[in-house]
Amino acid sequence: MSVAITGRRVSAGLNQALHDLFAGDDRLFLLGEDVVDPYGGAFGVTRGLSTAYPDRVLGTPISEGGITGVAAGLALCGDRAIVEVMFGDFITLCVDPLVNFISKSVTMYGRRLPMGVVVRCPVGGNRGYGPTHSQNLQKLLFGVPNLQLLELSPLHDPRRTLDRALAGGEPAVFFEDKVLYTTPEYRAGRIDNCLRFAPVDESWMLVDADDGPADWVVIAPGGLVPRLLPAMRAALVDDEVLTRALVPDRLWPLDLDPVLPVVGDATRVLVVEDGPAGGGWAAEVTRVLYERLWGRLRHPVRILQPPCAVIPAATHLERDLLLQSEIIYRILAGGDDG
Amino acid sequence: MDTRSRVSWSAESTGPPDGPAVPLSLDPTDLDMLLLIRHVELGLLKLFAAGHLGGTTHTCLGQEYVPVALNPLLQPAFVFSNHRGHGHYLAQFGDVAGLIAEVTGREGAVCGGRGGSQHLYRTGFCSTGVQGENVPVALGAALHFRTSGSDSLAVAYIGDGTWGEGVVYEALNMARLWRAPLVVVVENNGIAQTTPTSRAMAGSIAARAAAFDVRYAHVAVNCVRTIRAELAEPLRQTRAGAGPLVIEFRTDRLGPHSKGDDTRDPAVVRELWERDWAAGYARAYPTEFASADERQREFVAAVTAEVLARPLVGSAAG
Ligand SMILES: Cc1ncc(C[n+]2csc(CCOP(=O)(O)OP(=O)(O)O)c2C)c(N)n1
Ligand SMILES: [Mg+2]
Repeated sequence: MSVAITGRRVSAGLNQALHDLFAGDDRLFLLGEDVVDPYGGAFGVTRGLSTAYPDRVLGTPISEGGITGVAAGLALCGDRAIVEVMFGDFITLCVDPLVNFISKSVTMYGRRLPMGVVVRCPVGGNRGYGPTHSQNLQKLLFGVPNLQLLELSPLHDPRRTLDRALAGGEPAVFFEDKVLYTTPEYRAGRIDNCLRFAPVDESWMLVDADDGPADWVVIAPGGLVPRLLPAMRAALVDDEVLTRALVPDRLWPLDLDPVLPVVGDATRVLVVEDGPAGGGWAAEVTRVLYERLWGRLRHPVRILQPPCAVIPAATHLERDLLLQSEIIYRILAGGDDG
Repeated sequence: MDTRSRVSWSAESTGPPDGPAVPLSLDPTDLDMLLLIRHVELGLLKLFAAGHLGGTTHTCLGQEYVPVALNPLLQPAFVFSNHRGHGHYLAQFGDVAGLIAEVTGREGAVCGGRGGSQHLYRTGFCSTGVQGENVPVALGAALHFRTSGSDSLAVAYIGDGTWGEGVVYEALNMARLWRAPLVVVVENNGIAQTTPTSRAMAGSIAARAAAFDVRYAHVAVNCVRTIRAELAEPLRQTRAGAGPLVIEFRTDRLGPHSKGDDTRDPAVVRELWERDWAAGYARAYPTEFASADERQREFVAAVTAEVLARPLVGSAAG
């Protein structure tokens, strides 16, 4: 179940996107721990930026809450700021400034204040980093007014995702699955000799093999793409199951309208989320699908998430707990009826 | 002997003064413990390179003497450790097999393989991987001890970089207000991941303690016996109700931050190895050192081989 590796890695694309953003915006800042060269951040994503923009790319003390507040001050004065949190787990320390100040400020003063703040955070497991360095905490921030939740995907151009977030003046948290950094990005609509993809609108990408009727529509955020693609491909090649995948770069606000026709045509629908089960994005997607497609859905919508449990450090235990390609494949191929 | 230059009570933090030219001779069990920790850490880096460990591991190479010196003074104490906690754990329990099993996910793992390198728990010991979080938690334990008539200390280990986190200051403030038996042990190794302390800390640790009227000790030697002699009294006072204590160890991180991520000039790191405690003891007591070194190398290798032969820890435990 392997997918041919083409082109550059997702982290290189993201690094280029940041360079492009800085080149085009002389009031853009980036703040984070150990982001300066030669290290360029714990995952190397900011490499080169501090050399090119030493006054606006600042290595900070270990002060996640503080630097998120600093980003707010920059934004209030008309600048834009990107905060890099070393591990997304520590977004917990940024929650007060994000929830009670930055997002609220957009509308709570009776006029619209643009808050061009993006907090970038590497998330997700399957790297053996243990309980406090592996989580997907999207759920924690889901449904906060004026706070966009974005997710990195190998199908989306991160430059466009970040551009839209910063230009719109509505703060955002950008979740970046750590495993994505070392996987290939896909461009020009081609994944391999079997799978292709195309935009549905600004946010949604549609992945499939051909125009035939879909046995499954899978709705999944970007971090799951490297696990989803091999499952789709194997289900097609080995079991003649056609899957159509829908991948957004924005989780909140949630707009399913553009993809309802595709979902409504499918025989079955699977929503996959990488955070612990209960509440959150997958549950909300499913709720909206029932509301909007009641009478058209042929089967109950299925949600696939890891159980609600702490992520273990031992790699074999972590692998068992978290979602892997195999379980997605088993569902698509009909070998797991939940 | 002028001890002020080595373990000083002044609020002005001195730079690293000269250690004793020759470290005082060590009890064999102390030397064994120092070298046990050293060989566990060296072994973990090798296991990492060989693919036996997932994720990451922060070794305390160069800092082993800190918990070894403190351990007999911390009886009883509840120790709250951090990401660089293997030495803290081993100095307290000597449990090589439980630790190696934990980080390799094998049977006998002290936390069932759930916590891994950064999240260890045993009665009297708790570590976590989020910087600064352990200080207010340790204060809670200290409050418990003070209000329940226990003479136990609560000890939080933090690095220099962890002073970036606001909760450290909140906890110090409360600790002084409540005269809690809290000891904050700062392992100031001059760097946080890749960031030199000078780029992340305005002012000094001594002045931070002074701002909260918290007692402060500065330790700039790596001679275990000297450290013990100097810290016994201030720790006794904290136990007796004198209120919190900050102990700043000016120490060296000899290894990478975690696995291979050392951005320092190799020449600088070589200098650190030359002033390492192990180099000092090896020069001063070559015979004792060589035999203890060999003994611990073999012991750790044997335990490691035995642990790696165990089955992977099962998922039922937790
Ligand atoms: C809240 C939080 N932010 C960031 C990190 C990532 N991190 C782990 S160790 C470390 C550096 C810590 O430096 P210091 O406190 O000096 O301890 P040292 O590693 O030098 O022992 C960082 C930034 C973390 N674990 N927790
Ligand atoms: Mg440090």
